[in-house]
Amino acid sequence: MSLILLAILVIMAGGLAALVGCRHSSLATALGAGSAVFGGVLGAVGSVWSLLSPAGPPAAVDAPWNAMLGGSLSLGADGLSSFFLILVFGLSALAALYGTEYLRAWRGRKNLGLSWFFYNTLVVSMALVCLARNGYLFLVAWEAMALSSYFLVLFEDERPEVPRAGWTYLVASHLGTALLLVLFLMMAGQGGSLDFTNFADFASHGGPALSIAFVLAVIGFGTKAGFMPVHVWLPEAHPAAPSHVSALMSGVMIKMGIYGLVRTLTFLGTPEPWWGWTLVSIGAVSGVLGVLFALAQHDLKRLLAYHSVENIGIITLGLGVGLVGWSMGSPAVAALGLAGGLLHVANHAVFKSLLFLGAGAVKHAAHTLEIDSLGGLGRRMPWTAITFLVASAAISGLPPLNGFVSEFLVYLASYRSVADQPLLLGAAGVVAIAALALIGGLAAACFAKAFGIIFLGEPRSDHGREAREVGLAMRLPMIILAAACVAGGLAGPLLVVALGPVVTTMTGLPADAVADGLAAGSGSLGYIVAAAAVFFVLVAGLALVRRLLLAGRSVEEAGTWDCGYVAPTARMQYTASSFAQPIVRMFRAVLRPKRHFKQPVGLLPGASDFETKTPDMFSENVWRPVFGYASGAMARMRQLQHGRVQMYVLYLVLALLALLLWRLR
Amino acid sequence: MTAPTLDSLAAVLPGLVLAPLLLGVINRTKAIFGGRRGQPILQTYYDIAKLLRKGAVYSRTTSWVFRAGPIVTLAAVLGALVLVPLGGAPAVMSFPGDLVLLAYWLGLARFFTVLAALDTGSAFEGMGASREVQFSALAEPALLVGLAALVKQAAAPSLAGAYAAITPQALWTGGPGLFLVAAALLVVYLAENARIPVDDPNTHLELTMIHEVMVLDHGGPDFAMITYAASLKLWVLGSLVVGILVPVRTGCMAADVAIAVAGLAALAVVTGIIESTMARLRLVRVPHLLVAATVLATLALVLAWRHAA
Repeated sequence: MSLILLAILVIMAGGLAALVGCRHSSLATALGAGSAVFGGVLGAVGSVWSLLSPAGPPAAVDAPWNAMLGGSLSLGADGLSSFFLILVFGLSALAALYGTEYLRAWRGRKNLGLSWFFYNTLVVSMALVCLARNGYLFLVAWEAMALSSYFLVLFEDERPEVPRAGWTYLVASHLGTALLLVLFLMMAGQGGSLDFTNFADFASHGGPALSIAFVLAVIGFGTKAGFMPVHVWLPEAHPAAPSHVSALMSGVMIKMGIYGLVRTLTFLGTPEPWWGWTLVSIGAVSGVLGVLFALAQHDLKRLLAYHSVENIGIITLGLGVGLVGWSMGSPAVAALGLAGGLLHVANHAVFKSLLFLGAGAVKHAAHTLEIDSLGGLGRRMPWTAITFLVASAAISGLPPLNGFVSEFLVYLASYRSVADQPLLLGAAGVVAIAALALIGGLAAACFAKAFGIIFLGEPRSDHGREAREVGLAMRLPMIILAAACVAGGLAGPLLVVALGPVVTTMTGLPADAVADGLAAGSGSLGYIVAAAAVFFVLVAGLALVRRLLLAGRSVEEAGTWDCGYVAPTARMQYTASSFAQPIVRMFRAVLRPKRHFKQPVGLLPGASDFETKTPDMFSENVWRPVFGYASGAMARMRQLQHGRVQMYVLYLVLALLALLLWRLR
Repeated sequence: MTAPTLDSLAAVLPGLVLAPLLLGVINRTKAIFGGRRGQPILQTYYDIAKLLRKGAVYSRTTSWVFRAGPIVTLAAVLGALVLVPLGGAPAVMSFPGDLVLLAYWLGLARFFTVLAALDTGSAFEGMGASREVQFSALAEPALLVGLAALVKQAAAPSLAGAYAAITPQALWTGGPGLFLVAAALLVVYLAENARIPVDDPNTHLELTMIHEVMVLDHGGPDFAMITYAASLKLWVLGSLVVGILVPVRTGCMAADVAIAVAGLAALAVVTGIIESTMARLRLVRVPHLLVAATVLATLALVLAWRHAA
């Protein structure tokens, strides 16, 4: 715990120093990023230590605090906090290292010291969100997190879409926070303090208040996590931010929403079955629609942002199945589902950060993220390509990588609930199985498109023809994360067992029942690791066989077979849009792609063009009308606020008169 | 959970040796329907042997991904093969949730086949890859929900448990549930193995192919691995169908395995008959077929639930 606090102090001090030294870009970068890397490593070590050590003192800092509503300034790291803290510190260190090189292009043009100050503030506020044991402190950290990330998104504010994206994010974030404020005041009860120890009594009240609290938490925290349909800020803000920030936001910051939801669940006691069902439905909708919208995107970072919605859906499916199992007294299903959901939080953090860093490398080298303008980068950027491939396979849930492990746990929980549990639980499992299967197939399609079109084949335009591999500071974090994807796949059996205490603190289910459930998952994963080992041996063996077979034979190079056509060009390659077109067409009822087509006319046709675009369904059809109506209604209020001083004086007089009359009455 | 035993070799060896024969049986059936003598029934073996003796030609556009494609595909399909029980013989590996690993090994194989196709930069191969990912994304729910119905039927979340619970008696008295699962899995088997009515392996137009067009640029030992992997995949998915429809247990394992292999041969004949008597579906109709398979699987699950309740 003291290591974690030290890490927070180091990172904050570094951030302030970067702000002070912001006149010298390289000094500010060294201070800001250096402290983030050093503090991140320190904090990650401390959090691993705190997760593995048997239950220590729950709160390390506990000071009386005379803030609003009283309570105490209390920080603590239980299993759940430590688990999320590992991600916060570990990934922020890697992203900071990457950022030192990524931001170099803006040196002299932008205030890098300011950017690092906000970066470090974001890291510290996320750490405090995990550590806070007081609602007031939690909300302050939550708000600091929202604001610092808002300013980070605004880094390239000269691009017209960036301020708009930032604005969307700010509004969404605050609407979510408003609900959290209500939630916390509700849990504090009449005159109670906002200490989490006080919240723990909330469950004993019972009744509909618990369900209302659950709904508030789902919407409030879900806005941050990116549940559909309150995800709309996500595909706007993530592409707008610099890549190392997108990696941190998409990999870690949105997970704070999951943390908040899970933390709230610990105050609500044994859940109702319909809470789990709600999460399963949200998970299935977010997962399937997230991946479908991702398929329809043309911009790599927008595509990745929609995949974050999809993966939050998978996490929520796991939590939902676990919650139904928990509420219906099946600790095995509960443990497997919750552990699967939580492990997917970590796994998604790893591969999604890696993908955003890879996207940043592509942007850095080829100066565009338009998938259809790219191609053939694999041979020019071999490290970026192979790490991106590993992450693509991992996010598609393919064995033997980490994404498969967590999805497998959710599947296992679902199949077990189908096998011998009552209908209410089993049906949740069936929904999860069908949704995961569809999501898995579509995600593989989407990443075959993203990786295949960007890194394979020939360059489709002048972008990237001269691309060069990025430097070591950008490469190293990607290599470490790719190694983590493989390691997470092979260490599955151990990770699941390590999650036992986390699930136990979260649910309060008997520790041995949870351990039994997870041991079954760990056993299955042991077989999977064995299968993976055999798979690697087979791959090596087959490669050797082919090498021996081809030794001494003619191995030639030729053009790609194109049915005898004599003058193929790179522009004749299949594009990402055409690759995804059949699926987009199949789901056009929900995706509603817009197309603009100027048809070629006449015998000797001139220029023609074709364009497709898939705007967000909820953004277009739900939120735009709602906010349009709201802004129309607010506009009427403007008649009161017109800048004529005489009228304002009249308001004052009228108000005073009214008060006077009221007093006289 | 079972440790690998010598018995489980009986589940794997026939697949390793006999899988290419299934393609021969299908082709012979189609030849008979067409009034031809047809190619030798062992033609796939001859093809593989010939390809293994050849050199290789690689496209200048391709990278290491293209070269890794066939190897990863074959290794992943082999990974799937060791999970499938055959007749009374247990699979080499069996554990709760193994059916998920089976589906995802096949997913990995497909992912790399698709990437290798995109690596050539050919529009034809890109087109095939695009169709492959579309149809397989729809086949996946049919497969996993269909297996969920078997899991419900047997109240055991593993392939071994699910298939052990299927007996001739259960098949005849258990209502239509098992037949619905078999029908759903049959559609998955046809779609995933690029057979009519989803894909025509004998078409001569690159524009109309799915699987065949993706592997156009492979040759020599690479293509031998792809052909072998394709026949193993036919065997693996075929075993899932045959395990339901031919649940004969004589008590003697050798006889059980022999009966299951005969069942696979019979399924190959049925495949040949389907290919001879049906035209290929229009590409926009294929999703309807796959969604119908998912619906059948769901219906089977509902019936299994009623049966259990």
